[in-house]
Amino acid sequence: MDLLEINHLKKNFGDLEVLKDISFRVEKGEVVSIIGPSGSGKSTLLRCATMLERIDGGEIIYNGEKAAFCNEDGKVVYADKKTMRSVKDSFGLVFQNFNLFPHMSVLQNVCDAPVHVQKRSKSEAEETGRALLKRLGLSDRADAYPDQLSGGQKQRVSIARALAMNPHILFFDEPTSSLDPELTAEVLKVIRSLAEEHMTMVIVTHEMQFAKQVSDKIVFMENGFILAQGTPDRVFSEENPRVMAFVGKLTG
Amino acid sequence: MTVQTMITQLVFGMITSIEIFLLTLIFSLPLGLLVAFARRSRNALVSGAARVYISIMRGTPLMLQLMVVYFGPYYLFGMRIASSYRFIAVIIGFSINYAAYFAEIYRAGIEAVPIGQSEAAKILGYTRVQTFVRIVFPQVVKRILPPVTNEIITLVKDTSLAFVIAVAEMFTQAKAIAAAQTTMVPFIAAGIFYYVFNAVVAFLMEMAEKKLSYYE
Repeated sequence: MDLLEINHLKKNFGDLEVLKDISFRVEKGEVVSIIGPSGSGKSTLLRCATMLERIDGGEIIYNGEKAAFCNEDGKVVYADKKTMRSVKDSFGLVFQNFNLFPHMSVLQNVCDAPVHVQKRSKSEAEETGRALLKRLGLSDRADAYPDQLSGGQKQRVSIARALAMNPHILFFDEPTSSLDPELTAEVLKVIRSLAEEHMTMVIVTHEMQFAKQVSDKIVFMENGFILAQGTPDRVFSEENPRVMAFVGKLTG
Repeated sequence: MTVQTMITQLVFGMITSIEIFLLTLIFSLPLGLLVAFARRSRNALVSGAARVYISIMRGTPLMLQLMVVYFGPYYLFGMRIASSYRFIAVIIGFSINYAAYFAEIYRAGIEAVPIGQSEAAKILGYTRVQTFVRIVFPQVVKRILPPVTNEIITLVKDTSLAFVIAVAEMFTQAKAIAAAQTTMVPFIAAGIFYYVFNAVVAFLMEMAEKKLSYYE
């Protein structure tokens, strides 16, 4: 079954139509990369999928449960509280600018939500948290505060924070855009290792080589539409001159 | 009047000043937070009411507000004013006045916390209350300590305004003794008292700031 299904999604900011008609699916274990020029609506799409923005049309379905859909009058309605809670529990999001909690140590950042939102025991959450930090190469930073970390470390902590909630699907909103090439490599390595473990991920990125290597599916967006989607080989082919032009500009 | 009775009177005045100070903080700090929430409310009626409240509290003299709170019940409703109401009126007057100033400080502090913090909390499933208590408020406290210190220091000196409805705080006592004995000494004592009080307040607030300096 599809973990995520988005159908005919629309989103406007006032008169500006940012997403005009977006449909795509994410299967369990799939890595989907969303690429395209700046301003094409990629980040807005992620923000809609994670309920940070209200959609103006279409539907969002997680695991067969309708989180947002249109009623008979064509108005968008969101599911009841209980459904929303289980929907929200199923995904995590890694932000471009990390949004770590500055007043909490690395370990607290990772363990606070499992303890206070998921009501897991403190000792279990800390054990899981430490294991995650170890896996992401951050064992020695558990007691540090976010402002003492490098950008790459911050992003790895925010990945750990998201993973600690055991999401079924993990969204990344340009996770490396504020990092230099070395730190980017450090974060991409982590995402790659998650892909190898078949973590379901949707990644908005400008790292074309990475997207090509790691993704099962590429979605190319422009002007609020999806211009092409499919396997990397199909999307990056002569079939899609616009994609090739875009990628060509980036690499060349 | 012996030196001893003078000192006793001044000490009673000091205690009253300290009581006004502490009680005002206890009531106005939480009340200010409520007013800040109201001011930020999406309901136009609620935010409008908060705006008017803040505007009146900041736009009229505290001395006048104290008199309104004290004499108001008699002139408006014909209620008999008990002498025990004097002190209560002072606490009410100071608390509602300071709440308005604190509200604006809280509001500035809340708005200075990046929206990404609440978004990250929302994604992690925190409720709105949890987001405020666990994520936003701790960061607000750190940001607002310097302006809050300013307000608190002003409050120490403002306690002397209680004389307007004849509450015998430090300054009232000093003035009475000075007039009776034709001496400056009580005023000097009062000045030293306010100065030392504020030095202690500033020191404590500085400690609090240091304690919160473990993160940026």
